[in-house]
This record gives sequence, C-alpha cells and structure tokens, in this order.
Amino acid sequence: MRALVAMSGGVDSSVAAALMRDAGHEVVGVTLKMWSGPNGEAPTAGCCTVSDAEDARRVAGQLDVPYYVLDYTTEFRDGVVDRFISDYVSGRTPNPCIECNRTVKFDRLLHRLDDFESDVLVTGHHARSRFDGLNWTLHRGADRLKDQSYVLSMLTQRELSRARFPVGELTKPEVRSMASSLGLRTAEKPESMDICFVGRHDYRAFLSRTAPEAFMPGPVVDTDGHELGAHEGIAGFTVGQRRGLGVAVGEPRFVVRLEPATSTVVLGRREELGVGGVELSQVVWTAAGGRGEVMAQYRAHGDPVPAVLDGDRLLFTDLQQGIAPGQTVAFYDGDRVLGGALIAGTFV
Amino acid sequence: MRPFADLEFGNSSGIHRVSRRAKNALEEARETIAAAIGAHTLEIVITSGGTESDNLAIKGAVYNDSPRRGVITVATEHEAVLETSDFLKRIGMPVTLIGVDDEGRVDIDSLIAAMDAETAIVSVMLLNNETGVIQDIAAIAAAVKGRDPEVLVHTDAVQAFSSESVDVSTLGVDLMSLAAHKFGGPKGAGFLYVREGTILEPVQHGGGQELGRRSGTHDVGRVVGMATAVSSALGDREEFRHRVSQIRDDFEKRLTDVIEGLVLNTPENRRSPQHLNVRFPGVLNETLLVRMDLSGVAASAGSACQSGASEVSHVLEAMGLTPGQARESVRFSFGWPSTTEEAEEAAEIVTDLVGQLR
Repeated sequence: MRALVAMSGGVDSSVAAALMRDAGHEVVGVTLKMWSGPNGEAPTAGCCTVSDAEDARRVAGQLDVPYYVLDYTTEFRDGVVDRFISDYVSGRTPNPCIECNRTVKFDRLLHRLDDFESDVLVTGHHARSRFDGLNWTLHRGADRLKDQSYVLSMLTQRELSRARFPVGELTKPEVRSMASSLGLRTAEKPESMDICFVGRHDYRAFLSRTAPEAFMPGPVVDTDGHELGAHEGIAGFTVGQRRGLGVAVGEPRFVVRLEPATSTVVLGRREELGVGGVELSQVVWTAAGGRGEVMAQYRAHGDPVPAVLDGDRLLFTDLQQGIAPGQTVAFYDGDRVLGGALIAGTFV
Repeated sequence: MRPFADLEFGNSSGIHRVSRRAKNALEEARETIAAAIGAHTLEIVITSGGTESDNLAIKGAVYNDSPRRGVITVATEHEAVLETSDFLKRIGMPVTLIGVDDEGRVDIDSLIAAMDAETAIVSVMLLNNETGVIQDIAAIAAAVKGRDPEVLVHTDAVQAFSSESVDVSTLGVDLMSLAAHKFGGPKGAGFLYVREGTILEPVQHGGGQELGRRSGTHDVGRVVGMATAVSSALGDREEFRHRVSQIRDDFEKRLTDVIEGLVLNTPENRRSPQHLNVRFPGVLNETLLVRMDLSGVAASAGSACQSGASEVSHVLEAMGLTPGQARESVRFSFGWPSTTEEAEEAAEIVTDLVGQLR
C-alpha cells in the first residue's frame, strides 16, 4: 500500500510517517504550503512555517522516504482564510483548523490520492478509526488529553475509508519516545498553538490588516437595549468574551450576542450567557444518520455534555455558557464519533 | 581544487610564500577565464556565483550620486535580476520591466523606447533558464549604445556558457554574469565581466580584493575549479551542442509524436540545446513532477525556490500564458550526463504518466 502522509513538521505527523513505513507501507511525505502573506512572506508561527516544512523534509530524509511540498495556497485562501474573515464579519467565531481539515486536507488533497497512486491519506491526528466490516467508525485517540477526534467530526465514510490515523493508537508520551528512539529531530518539538496565518499576534490585528471592512463601528448595548458605549467593529468580539469590552458597569459583563446587521455588541451578566440549545447547519454523520440522545462537544478540548438531537436542533440537557455561532459541535456515543455540525445560532 | 582545501591553505592576499602560490593559482585561473570570453584579466571580478554577479552589476551601476539611477530589464529575467531591481525600485530608483512576445523574446524597440536620461543600465538575460530562448544580445547592446552610449549593458549569461559563444566584444556588453556550476564547475563560484573603464560601486566593501570591486578572501580552490571547468566547457562546446541538442530533439519528438495537444513553450529557433519547456494541457505540473520523481525522472516547473513548492512561472506568465497554463508546464533540462537511452525512457514514462493523469 502506498500512503501519502501529510507531514506538518510536528512530532505527530513525523511519527505517523514512521509508523506507516515500519508497517511495511510505501510512504510518500508531503507538506502543504498553505499560506504566504500579502508580500509573499512565509508564516513564522503555527503549524506551517518554512522551518516546519524544513523539519518535515529532514524527517522524511531520516526515514528515507520521498518528500514533496504541494502548493495549496489558493485552496487555503479561498476555503479557510476568506471564510475566517467573512465569519468574523458576520459575527461568528470560526475554527479555521477544522475548516482546513474539511476543505483542504480531507477534500482537495484526499481527492488527489489517485493522482499520486496512493491508497490512503495519513495524518498525525490523535484519533482512531476502525472498520467494522460494514462501516468505518471514528473514535477518540488513545490519549484522551490529546484527543483530536473533535476536529475530524465532519469526516464521512468517503473520507474515513481512505484516511488513516496511526498516531491515535498511541499516547503523546509514546509518540515522543518513538520519535526520540528513531532520532527524529521533531521528538522534543513543542506543539503549535497558533493559527498559522494569524501568527503569534491577536487575530484582531490580522483582521484589521486584511479586512478593515470588518471593523464597522457600532453600539455596545445591554440585553435590555440600553446603550453602554461604542465599539470599533464586531469582528473584535466573541461570544463569552469578558475582557476588553471598553465599558465599565461595576459587575462583570460578557458578550452574549453579536448582531451583524446593526453592528451591535450585546453585553449581559454571566447567567445571560446561558444557552439551552443550538441550531445546526452542515450536519454530517460518520455513518448512518441519527437523532435522540448524544454527548455533544462544542470546544476542541471541552468536555462533552448530554444533549438531544432533533433534526437541525440540538437541545442541551443543562444550560451551556459561551457558545458562539460558527463553532463546531461534535456528537459522541462514548468514545465513538457519531458526526458533527456547525453551530448556526443559539437559543435559550 | 583539492590542494587548496588543505595543503595550499595560503590566503591569496597574504605576503608569504604559501600565499604567493595561492595568488599565482588565482591569477592563472583569472587568465583562463578572461581568455575564454575575450576579456582582459583586469576585467574579471571573481564572485560567489550568478546571483552575486547580477547584484553587483545592477546595484553597482546605480549606487552613485549621478542622476543616472534607472534600471531597465525584462519580465522574464532570473530572480537575481528581478528581485534586485525590485529592491532598487522600493528604495526609489526608477525601474522599468519590458515585456516579451509569446516566444519569450524581448522587443528591442520597446526597450529602447523605455530609455531616458535617467537610465543607468539595461539588463537582458542571454539564455533563459526556464525556456532556453536566446535573446539577440549583440543587437540589443548595439541599439542601446546607439541611443545612448553612456548607458551600461549587462547580460546574465549564466545559462549560456556551455553552449553559446559569450565573447564580450561580439556581444558588445559592459557587464556579464557567469556561474561556474552551470558549466561543470563548483557551486559557489562565478564571475562578473566588467568592461575596462566601467565605474561600479561595490556591493561588498572591505579589504579591497578584486581591485576594490569585490572585497573578501578568495576561495582559491573554487576559482581554480571554475577555471578548469571554463577550459573544458570551451573545448567541448561544439560537441556539447551537437550531442545534447540531439538528445533533446529526440526527446521532444517522442513527446510531440504521441501526446495529443502538447504545446511547446520553448521556441523552435534561436534556443539552447539544453532546455525544453512543454505544456501538457489538462495535467497539473505539480502532480506530474511528483509522479515523475517517484518514477525516477527529475524535471522542474520553474526555477528552484526555497520552500520547494511549485509556483506559477513568471517567465511563462510574461509570455502570455494564464496561471492555469503555467501550472500545466514542465521544464526538462539536458546535459552531459544525459544519454539517448535515458531520454527515451524518460519520454516513455512522461507519456505514460500524462495519459494516466488526464
């Protein structure tokens, strides 16, 4: 079997390549060139920097597998960056890493497997997939703390059948120890936490540079509609945000809602952040469709909470706080991923 | 080259005996190099390669306090010229890029029309590194000098030495860049021909080596290696042209005979024997290059860049190809190590892959 391994230059995908090679597969390493700034500058933070590509290249060299850099800058800009900007402009809170998985890695790259005469696409995600004789199922990674099944919750049979996540079978310490026993230069490399095209800076700085139109001034109001102050643009706010609101009201206030039509930021008390349920869009099922009781996870590293699925609505058993439209929610049955969706709106 | 890496460690600028031996070797190399292009030894400035030579030629011509600070060059030049020009533009110097026709040839009339009293230097590449198209440098130089004899004419001839005569009197240029590794010499060595009397501000200031035009301790071994390569390339030029063009032409014919819709980006006339740039409509070059590499055929899409990702070729875009068409184009290069059998095999692999990927 020939495996196309998406190597980001981190330890996980390095070990993913090593595991596939050691399992006797023919490995071809690729790094996707995703982003260059307005003047063509390469990113220096996040997961896709020039030095990361260099690490990936060197690891591929150590493993003695062919390695290529593929240009995905157009796909990334159209599918991820533009979307990130338009989401913020519309008062949503996007997760660009999930969008990148969805539109770039597991769509555009996966569709080129045949072009590279490859059978499977391998990534370094901490998640496990299984074939039960009928369907592919997706499960949380062996290392619950590093589990990334949430960001893969939009994958269907079509993608899962051609994707492999060998690292998901290991804990992070096991991954690092394998990398160091193989002498891989990425063994001790810290994890990337930044959004690659935003860098170490605040995402607001990126937005004001690339989409100044996202900053249309407007009023800051309380939930009764009383004007408390003014703001520079809703793109600078996220539901649940407490700091940097620019108004002093005595007791702690949070952003409870953004109203893009009037460029209004609505503040409320902690209890007003409570969300009883969410409207869903782009609902995707790993295998068969479902409804009824699920465990729902709406943050990459949040705990799942009980909820009931009813068509395009998800009703939480208990009130949840700080849920923003644009976020992804993943549905679980125990450790098994049932599917995922985008949060289109919230209700009390 | 080898003795200068250990036994002959002398600094060619030193005063003692070991240094004198290094200095002699250096000057002997310079004589060989000068003779090969019809120049005087004092007109040869040793550099680290083509990029440095281009930088020195162009920046050196405009770093001065005269009102002549303008650069005219061509959209299809190597990055060493384009990026240098772009830098000069950013710091306020007038830079004009001339377009090319669909064969990649510069129109001399528009080039001349772009000249004005500010123009300091006109820089045109002799042989394009991506398509192999050859510009008529002698005609360009004559036209430029005819319009304004004060304007310097530079040619980046880095790709040309193996196959073309680069005699500076025939070409009529004031400045000419060459790089050793393009004609069988070591990487990291090159030279800039600087016509006697040309005033050039150094880019690298220091101890005054190369008559003050390029300071820095010489890598004598590399220079000696470059001179050796100059001699061999000169002696072998006819054979190289004959042999390599035959292999390339054969490869070209094999592709054009079999692959439907194939488009040649390299023109049929006045082109190098080494290059072949072709477009395979409907096939993404990135995919084809990966598959070719996995099958043992090495080629490229443009010039090698830092990340190694294939980018849209500015040369092909300047020739009027759309970005999409440029992404269907592949550059094949041939040289001494190429054999007819290899080219035959490569043509077969490419034909097969193009069929699969369409």
